[in-house]
Amino acid sequence: MNAPLLELSNVSTFYGAVQALRNVNLAVYEGEIVALIGANGAGKSTLLMTVCGNPHPRHGSVFYAGEEITGLPTYRIMRRGIAQAPEGRRIFPRMTVRENLLIGAQAGDPEAAEGQLPYVLELFPRLAERLDQRGGTLSGGEQQMLAIARALMAGPRLLLLDEPSLGLAPLVTRQIFTAIRALNQERGLTVLLVEQNAYQALRLAHRAYVLVNGMITMQGPAAELLGRPEIRAAYLEGGM
Amino acid sequence: MNHGGSILAYALQQLINGVTLGMIYGLIAVGYTMVYGIIGMINFAHGDVFMIGAFLSLIALVGLAAIGVTAVPLALAMALLFAAAISALYGWAIERVAYRPLRGSFRLAPLISAIGMSITLENYVQVVQGARVKPLMPLIPGGITLMNQNGFAVRLGWLQMLIVLVTLLVLAIFTWLVTRTPLGRAMRACEQDLKMTALLGIDVDRTISLTFVIGAALAAVAGFMFLLYYGSIDFFIGFIAGVKAFTAAVLGGIGSLPGAVLGGLLIGLIETFWSAYFSVQYKDVAAFSILAIALIFLPTGLLGRAEVEKV
Repeated sequence: MNAPLLELSNVSTFYGAVQALRNVNLAVYEGEIVALIGANGAGKSTLLMTVCGNPHPRHGSVFYAGEEITGLPTYRIMRRGIAQAPEGRRIFPRMTVRENLLIGAQAGDPEAAEGQLPYVLELFPRLAERLDQRGGTLSGGEQQMLAIARALMAGPRLLLLDEPSLGLAPLVTRQIFTAIRALNQERGLTVLLVEQNAYQALRLAHRAYVLVNGMITMQGPAAELLGRPEIRAAYLEGGM
Repeated sequence: MNHGGSILAYALQQLINGVTLGMIYGLIAVGYTMVYGIIGMINFAHGDVFMIGAFLSLIALVGLAAIGVTAVPLALAMALLFAAAISALYGWAIERVAYRPLRGSFRLAPLISAIGMSITLENYVQVVQGARVKPLMPLIPGGITLMNQNGFAVRLGWLQMLIVLVTLLVLAIFTWLVTRTPLGRAMRACEQDLKMTALLGIDVDRTISLTFVIGAALAAVAGFMFLLYYGSIDFFIGFIAGVKAFTAAVLGGIGSLPGAVLGGLLIGLIETFWSAYFSVQYKDVAAFSILAIALIFLPTGLLGRAEVEKV
């Protein structure tokens, strides 16, 4: 394989004195969907945020497209072609859906953004019906769609998704996962997906990492992890 | 108070005066409300930027006269631009020096820093320009007489018209900027979620800097009008005007732009009518009492929003 699109090398992240990530090594290759699974508080969101430089890692390095991005300010990292639909969605509640989408494209290439709007509306037709509605009035599922659509507006190469299924009805979760698969297959978008819903995530992903207390304890092809008894015991029992 | 049969005329005159004053307060209030909206802090030095804007206008007008620019409209336009530009630079520097290093620290820290900055600016101007009141001769005299009732003439000065027009124009441009442009969108995004805004590749520091720059330029426009309207300024005008404008912003609902203008108008009208019908000495008491009463019954101000959001 070529060099990875995203690589974390011995990354340790702290919140004050509390260590959230311990010597994490992780790689995501172009065109892959990689899932990161783990329990609540294992450090999954911290890992995504560390890639984005908020917080910066205390030790170790982050590389993107062959260049080191450790220590760069968040907005500079994101302008290189990384986008995140973060934990809790964080849509702008007092802006319309259209404005939420436009602001996603604002820092990128304006011409690329032009073409991106019809595409994300085709991907999530529900948003097209609600363009002039305020973000805060959308349902949870629609907000999640908006968060992903907003992240796509800048035309990223790498999409970081933090718990897209959290709190959503199974039907809506399925729609969102279908959209992620379509993005990966049709557009070649690389995805790093954080999920508590391990079963769904492992079925969608090519490879996966398991994070426990800030450490990577297992990794491998998603299908293989899905079959391992310890994974089934820890993350899948009752979770299907 | 006896105006014979000219009660209506007298009231109309007060209305004109009050609206003019209210426009100036409104312009300053917009600066408070913007900064509060974005980073949730009261920029107590904002009134002093207004004062500096007035001084810069005066310096420019005197300087232009000295080098022979005698056409009044040209001199006024140049002085206004000069004052707005240099004040904008002050706004930028104030944020850089006094507030940015404190971002992320406890909530009171930038507030205390703002008060310190306010005192510093007042003393700086006092030392550099002296403590005496600086006069300016009326540059835009005259006006029209709207009505004449029993010997009481209602006058609408050209200057008053100019102040109202310029304020409305500036506010229109500014509203367009905030609601329709990418910069405005970034400003509103910062207001709602700084962390997410950075995650979208937007330079949050630059957006905040620009907010201070624009706010300072608006304060300078207000300072310019204040200078022309009252014809005298000193290093302390920023304090009272700043407190009044802050009151206007809170009354209108802090964080709301139309609210700031509405609040400014109300404060200007209350003050003017109180002075006209009751006593000049107590006009500030009246204005601030209204604030206190308004906040008891409308804690979010007139146009402030109650936070109802789906999370």
